[in-house]
Amino acid sequence: MKDPALIFLGAFLVNNIILMRFLGLCPFFGVSTAVETATGMGMAVIFVMTLASWITWIVFNVVLLPFNLVFLRTAVFILTIASLVQLVEMFLKKYYRTLYNAMGIYLPLITTNCAILGITFLAIDNKFNFLDSTIFSIGTGLGFMVVMITFAAIKERLDLAPINPSIKGYPISFIAAGLMALAFLGFSGLFGLT
Amino acid sequence: MKKSQIFTRGLIKENAVLVLMIGLCPALAVSGTVRDAFGMGLAATFVLLFSNIIISIMRKRIPNEVRIPIFILIISTFVTIIDYFMQAFQPSLYRALGVFVPLIVVNCMILGRAEAYASKNSVINSALDGLGVGLGFTLALTVMGAIREILGNGTFLGMAIFGEGFKNAPVIFMILPPGAFLVIGVMKALINKYVKKETQ
Repeated sequence: MKDPALIFLGAFLVNNIILMRFLGLCPFFGVSTAVETATGMGMAVIFVMTLASWITWIVFNVVLLPFNLVFLRTAVFILTIASLVQLVEMFLKKYYRTLYNAMGIYLPLITTNCAILGITFLAIDNKFNFLDSTIFSIGTGLGFMVVMITFAAIKERLDLAPINPSIKGYPISFIAAGLMALAFLGFSGLFGLT
Repeated sequence: MKKSQIFTRGLIKENAVLVLMIGLCPALAVSGTVRDAFGMGLAATFVLLFSNIIISIMRKRIPNEVRIPIFILIISTFVTIIDYFMQAFQPSLYRALGVFVPLIVVNCMILGRAEAYASKNSVINSALDGLGVGLGFTLALTVMGAIREILGNGTFLGMAIFGEGFKNAPVIFMILPPGAFLVIGVMKALINKYVKKETQ
């Protein structure tokens, strides 16, 4: 059994979800154009990721495993997450208006975000218990948010820089992300984590 | 539109990864070696082809309001088939691709083709479209995998292609995550410069 602190750091920095695991690249390149949007999106991802890891953990261990239905995992998880996001959106809209205003518009985008589904699969594959998978998803979500915000700040600068037109847009974003990933490689080996 | 055009449009002109920039997650994650990239491409092509065919057959019976969940269920059926198939017959490839095999289900390329094409067109055309887009995805992944494997490891499909001297000093970061971002960035820049010029 791994130390919860190591699970957190591993998910947050060493195996950063965007730069090392390549999950959630669509919002990373699409949404991260301004620091405020990146913050809202990051918060929504942390929130949904934690909820999704709870609910899929319960579904997997209470329904799928005892009834020998593990082969239905892919279909069940994606439908569970899609309906969860819908419910959360309606609930926030009715009861927590400020929270909804801060991150409501990002919630539908998250449903088909491979980061959420990927994290639930990874938690199952790693055989995490309930607490570990909570820590794992919070750490991952935080890693997502930090990288999104940093990258949004870089992109705001890139928009103003004089760049050759054929490199402008996606190519320079990819190259900037590559340099960030190179920097994040420096975290591998931290506390013996790989 | 002619049948051949339906096929080649997805293959090159509207290549999912290199032109439309969708399906990036698996494209960057598993293109470390040619074998992984090609395997991933074929798995996605299988799912895309058969989900397009089934959705096209059922297109008149699927109620419009609940079409997206139905598409996702059809897609996840084929993802589960290929998942178990690879686990049984290609275990080492399956381990290398890891979580990205079940994640084919959220590849926006596949749901995108279901929504934009297969739900509106005949079975034959949908099959051709799925095959074209899927093979275009495979092509893009394999090219990226070849560049990264040759530079990062000095091999192609596991065979050494440079002399002994390269073995000690390959461009190791090419097979690590940063290499994926740099390779696709440079490829996209070259496409912008030489191919897409007239459309801009």
